[in-house]
Amino acid sequence: MEENKSTPEKKATLLFVNKEREPLFSKKNRKLLSDPMDDNNPITVQVLGICSALAITVQLKPAVVMSISVMAVMAASNVIISLLRNLIPNRIRIIVQLVVVASMVILVDQILRAYAYDVSKELSIFIGLIITNCIVMGRLEAFALGNGVWKSFLDGIGNAAGYGVILILVAFFRELFGSGKLFGFQVIPDAVYEMGYVNNGLMLLSPMALITVGILIWVQRSRNRTLIEKN
Amino acid sequence: MEAYLNLFVKSIFIENMIFAYFLGMCSYLAVSKTVKTAVGLGFAVVFVLAITVPINFLLDTYLLQPGALSWLGSQYVDLDLSFLSFIMFIAVIASMVQLVEMIVEKFAPALYGALGIFLPLIAVNCAILGGSLFMQQKDFSGVAESAVYGLGSGIGWLLAILAIAAIREKITYSNVPAPLRGLGITFIITGLMALGFMSFMGIKL
Repeated sequence: MEENKSTPEKKATLLFVNKEREPLFSKKNRKLLSDPMDDNNPITVQVLGICSALAITVQLKPAVVMSISVMAVMAASNVIISLLRNLIPNRIRIIVQLVVVASMVILVDQILRAYAYDVSKELSIFIGLIITNCIVMGRLEAFALGNGVWKSFLDGIGNAAGYGVILILVAFFRELFGSGKLFGFQVIPDAVYEMGYVNNGLMLLSPMALITVGILIWVQRSRNRTLIEKN
Repeated sequence: MEAYLNLFVKSIFIENMIFAYFLGMCSYLAVSKTVKTAVGLGFAVVFVLAITVPINFLLDTYLLQPGALSWLGSQYVDLDLSFLSFIMFIAVIASMVQLVEMIVEKFAPALYGALGIFLPLIAVNCAILGGSLFMQQKDFSGVAESAVYGLGSGIGWLLAILAIAAIREKITYSNVPAPLRGLGITFIITGLMALGFMSFMGIKL
């Protein structure tokens, strides 16, 4: 029996029946993790979850905390929805998803308040807004409802990481050029300031987050021409 | 009266949902290809925000805040249910969106067809939940104030999506560098518009 199923064509058809036969980190599963980082990035390609991505990228620290929170929420809710996927009636699935995500977000919010109060103050309403973060809902709809638990878990981690990469990149540039710091520590030496270098205060303003993401999209799409839109 | 007017102007221009807080960006980017659908979605957002913010205000004051349950009896004074606010708010929003969807389907079937999938997506529009969460932070004194805030931020959102849709309709005729086409240039234009809107910040109301 075992040998019969190992031919590639058969394996593909049996993928959804015998998931445990696939190694945990098979090529397909690794792709689930790595794709959202670049060619299928949730922010720059799928256009999901932009709302929160922009408002909290003035400094690196909140951006990192936010990415970790999103990762926790996404992985957990993807797993839960994937476990429940055969039990949820199609009509009320949005409400079920919202409730699951909202409970996860409440957990994250309470944990942050308990252990990182100042960061949670800084993130203010944006932790709550993870509930309506389109990435979470989008991946639940598009992936977790039709795939097994382990795959959904990887998909959640992968997409949250793709989101985090953009968040951290934007925050990196904004904090570096805006205040000459990284994670709150000064990285541009005083000597440079004495030579007449001035922090670019414009980078701290919220519009620059949009423009930075725009430029990131530009860079990504000139590297990978298949992503270019017709218009 | 003047206070309400101030709050109204402030929530439209100075604290614009899109240009100051980037809330509701997903549908803002997805539906702004033509002015017609943008207007439809914009009005739906105005409607949902103007209804859900006051409802959530009432829920917050009489159910969720620390000590809000004192009207039930003295043994409930110490109760603090504010950790439930996310779930409460999103439940109200999801049911309101369902209602709006039914109303639009009944009275404006053409609009319903045009909005398609985006109508149910209002439930996960960050601007709607964001409106309620900001309302919770701002400690409004009464329902009227929260209603004005909801209406104002909805109109601000409508204004923003209308402007970008008009620009995007025109920009199809210009020669944008290929990798920037579509999403990239929209981001940059929105950034420039947000810079413009920042000039409202100087207004003290």
